Amino acid sequence: MGVVGIVALAADRLTLNRGERNLFTDLSFSVNGGEALILRGANGVGKTSLLRVLAGLTMPDSGNIFLNNTNVKPLSESSRQHIHYVAHANQLKDELTAEENLSDALAIDGVTTTLETRLDALNRVGLLKQRQVLANKLSQGQKRRIGIANLLLNQKPIWLLDEPTNALDADAVTLMLAIIDNHLTNGGLSVIATHLALALNHPSDDLTLTEPK
Amino acid sequence: MTAASPNKPDFQPESGFIVACKRDLKLAMRSRGELAQAFVFFTIVVSLFPIAIGPEALILKRVAPGVLWVCALLAVLLTLPRIFQQDYLDATLEQLALSRYPLAAIVGGKMLAHWLTTGLPLALLAPVIGLQYSLEARELFILMLGLLLGTPVLTMLGAMGAALTLGVRGGAMLMALLVLPLYIPVLIFGTGAVESSMAGLDAAANLYLLAALNLFGIITIPFAVSQAIKISLD
Repeated sequence: MGVVGIVALAADRLTLNRGERNLFTDLSFSVNGGEALILRGANGVGKTSLLRVLAGLTMPDSGNIFLNNTNVKPLSESSRQHIHYVAHANQLKDELTAEENLSDALAIDGVTTTLETRLDALNRVGLLKQRQVLANKLSQGQKRRIGIANLLLNQKPIWLLDEPTNALDADAVTLMLAIIDNHLTNGGLSVIATHLALALNHPSDDLTLTEPK
Repeated sequence: MTAASPNKPDFQPESGFIVACKRDLKLAMRSRGELAQAFVFFTIVVSLFPIAIGPEALILKRVAPGVLWVCALLAVLLTLPRIFQQDYLDATLEQLALSRYPLAAIVGGKMLAHWLTTGLPLALLAPVIGLQYSLEARELFILMLGLLLGTPVLTMLGAMGAALTLGVRGGAMLMALLVLPLYIPVLIFGTGAVESSMAGLDAAANLYLLAALNLFGIITIPFAVSQAIKISLD
């Protein structure tokens, strides 16, 4: 795991409308290195949209995002160097094997890894035996595990995780939490959208999104 | 290029270009059946014209540049969704947009991979299939040169259309409507080159114009496409 400098992520009066619908208005919060922010709320309330705004994929209607106290534009270079976003979808290529999916995803992100480190990561998530299996032959939970292996190696300080425990069994959830905890110990931070009660060992705030009136 | 150590990855645009190109070439090689469709389509449609028009050499020769170029253009059009559609559906396009490499470099690599697996084989295939139109060796050579210079422009303009219509219902048709008018200059210079060669004139002027379009595209289009992708992901 790469060394992570001091990081902080803050949202300042974010407002997002999708079509006629208002998802959130003047939403402000801040997360520091070593902390996690847990996003909660009913389905469709805008958790994924908020994560996408933080990632820079969606433009907010108003408001700013601060990275290390600097206002960053969506998908600016500094935001891309720091932010790792794990989408709700698996982000895998069906025609590639588990190992190839991992190595391609890392390569495209600019992380150079050796086969050894990749196999080690796959071993940690329990996919060593399935490393040569095409992604479309893997179960939903196994597909998610490739994403976890990616988290182990991506070396970005800010993790935006959309339902990271989705489709995972109890063991994998424990592993996921351990990995997040380890990331926070290293000074990273994480914003996590989830419906589960996550037992993290680090301070975490809950942010509950509600349906606007 | 210097080798990157594990802790100090380099984020040079050219590395992003190469990584993206390799990735898409690998993916294309995994679905060769899909890859072959464009060439089979091109071969069949080009062969339909002599059957429909009849075997008169003079008439065939007259229509040859236009028919071959329009067929190549349609074959490229059929393959355009391949550039971004699958990445968009499996959400890896978001990974590409959030990569530490600039998106324009990645887009450039993807377009090169698309040309290597579409335009280049088409250009090499065209002289062989063009034999049915009783073109002479020099004319076939000019046809191939024109396609080699013109198909990258088709890929680049097509990538633009494909990026803009991502996630749009009926996107394939809309993309064709967007892209086909933009293909007209390439069509004019490409067929012009073969026709001037058939008239015994120098084809160089038309080929230079194609090369100029190509260079202009290489400089501008990756940036335009990366903006289009960001809009589509919003």
